[in-house]
Amino acid sequence: MKKVRGNLLNINKLKVVFYTYRGIIKALNGVELWMNKGERLGIVGETGCGKSVTALSIMGLIEQPGEIIEGDILFGDKLLTSMKEASLINIRGKEISMIFQEPNAALNPVMKVGFQIAESISKVKNKKIGKEVYAEVRRMLEIAGLDWERTINLYPHELSGGMAQRVMIAMALSSNPKLLIADEPTSALDVTIQAQILELLDELVKKLGNAVILITHNMGVAAEFCDKMAVMYAGNMVEYARTTNIFENPHHPYTRGLLKAVPKIGRTDELQSIRGIVPDLVNPPSGCRFHPRCKHAMDICRKDFPPLVEIKPDHYVACYLYWKEGIKNANS
Amino acid sequence: MQTAEAKVEAKNLISVEHLKKYFAIKQGLFSSAKYVKAVDDITFDIPKNSVFGIVGESGSGKTTIGRTILRLIEPISGVIRYLSTDITSLNKRELRIFRRKMQIVSQDPYNSLHPRKLVKNIIGEGLQIHFNLSSEEIYKKVRDILEQVGLREEHMFRYPHEFSGGQRQRISVARALVLKPEFLVLDEPTSALDVSVQAVILKMFKDLKREFSLTYLFITHDLAVIDYMADYMAVMYLGQIMEIGSKDDIFSSPMHPYTLLLLNSIPQPDPRKKKKKVLPIGEIPSPIDPPQGCRFHTRCPYMKDKCVKEEPEIRELSKGHLVKCHFPIRLIGT
Repeated sequence: MKKVRGNLLNINKLKVVFYTYRGIIKALNGVELWMNKGERLGIVGETGCGKSVTALSIMGLIEQPGEIIEGDILFGDKLLTSMKEASLINIRGKEISMIFQEPNAALNPVMKVGFQIAESISKVKNKKIGKEVYAEVRRMLEIAGLDWERTINLYPHELSGGMAQRVMIAMALSSNPKLLIADEPTSALDVTIQAQILELLDELVKKLGNAVILITHNMGVAAEFCDKMAVMYAGNMVEYARTTNIFENPHHPYTRGLLKAVPKIGRTDELQSIRGIVPDLVNPPSGCRFHPRCKHAMDICRKDFPPLVEIKPDHYVACYLYWKEGIKNANS
Repeated sequence: MQTAEAKVEAKNLISVEHLKKYFAIKQGLFSSAKYVKAVDDITFDIPKNSVFGIVGESGSGKTTIGRTILRLIEPISGVIRYLSTDITSLNKRELRIFRRKMQIVSQDPYNSLHPRKLVKNIIGEGLQIHFNLSSEEIYKKVRDILEQVGLREEHMFRYPHEFSGGQRQRISVARALVLKPEFLVLDEPTSALDVSVQAVILKMFKDLKREFSLTYLFITHDLAVIDYMADYMAVMYLGQIMEIGSKDDIFSSPMHPYTLLLLNSIPQPDPRKKKKKVLPIGEIPSPIDPPQGCRFHTRCPYMKDKCVKEEPEIRELSKGHLVKCHFPIRLIGT
């Protein structure tokens, strides 16, 4: 039985491992996630929590030495996890696009920017590169707030980080995908440029109506851009709710800890840290992976992994503290 | 030196006057050399036992300032005083005494520690150079300082790669503190760390400052971190200070448009604060050919003719609050 909870994307019990010389890294440990058309979802968490691996899994880009060992990803009515590479090509870049943290590394250094966009448009629309495609390139560059006459003939190294990210956004949205995955799109940029890029992304997505998964470690970026947020810790989704609920009424002890650690302007209380350190995913803790750092840890937390349960309408938490409420809700 | 000792009472630990550092870049065989004006005529004081924050975007020169004050980079002109000693005029031998008192912790905890040295030697090396100590004494001091920064004796016999980012940053801090410095340059010390680790390290800096009565120059691009750490601050843009004053004054009433727009640009971890905001226009110009007149004019939404033609002087608009702008933002009612 495949659970269907969102009308765009459903990820069920996804497990991904990486085989390394140090041992098997259990990167994703049964991730559950779903979203509806046109939604903006933020995935937040610290280094190594599995944000990017989740994104790569959706794109079908988990390659050796990594492997999806369990679970499935349903995109609309298509089961991505059982698709062959040949048919994935028809989804990647057309129905699901992705932009990355390092836009300059994602562009081909020896080809002009205009040609690269033209190439992607011609692939998506099945047209030969010609006048028509270049007209589209111009339109996309303009939409992205770039001076097309200048930009079209530049090479990627001639672009600043902000310009390159604009080009990437133009390219990713040229197919008007149902889902755009943005993996730390502004983390390498200065704060004023970050604000400009987020504004641009906000405008375009509003116009086109794409669903967006924004992966970030910056709680501020998620707060400004996303309707919903999923908090990840050590390969698990630990809390999933509307953005306002995550910030104003966080439930999972990790989410609470994370919010208390974020410096923000005008904050008068002392920052609080989460005791302990992020576990090594070659040898993750038993049961709930957060239990060694959790001051509420109970016996059951050391033994079993808590499932993600709905504790309030549209507010999901994977923690035994709220287990009973979750069961009640599921039965009623 | 005598003069320095005599004026321990002086209010400012560090005074920087008209500091300039240009880096020459080769343009080709026949064209004349061009310069990156990384630090262009900067003046500020750091009061003893305070935290002075420098904030700016890439290319603003904030890292160059930190390194120039320590004379890790030689300035092309200007004066740097440590208490009353002008350290720009000291020779290498004389400088050594000050090297002990002024230490630096840099951004990248992965590249700033020697990969083939044991932690014991990384931290002990400075002791060997500056103090005439036996190896037992060095051992004891290293052990004690590791405890101060939250590590244990057993960590002395490990190599840097065996530690996490946060732990490495603690080692860097231990290496600096073991020499009993008075002044620390913290150059983006938490930028490479996750937020929960950052919180621990920032708190540690606060505790250590109290314990060792330290003075910090805290360099960062993150205004929220400045708000948490600093007493005084300077906002830099393309090698110049745009606004300088006490942190409270600048955050409560920013007077330079750049400061205001920088504050506007920060994404707030508070979903109810979503609103349309005025942002700086366009991109940061190259520091090789900074704009004429006011350096910020190309991005300033409030720009007027005068800003293009004339470079504004930095002026004191209220006590201790200086702004380099022809048309500073005034608070309503003042």
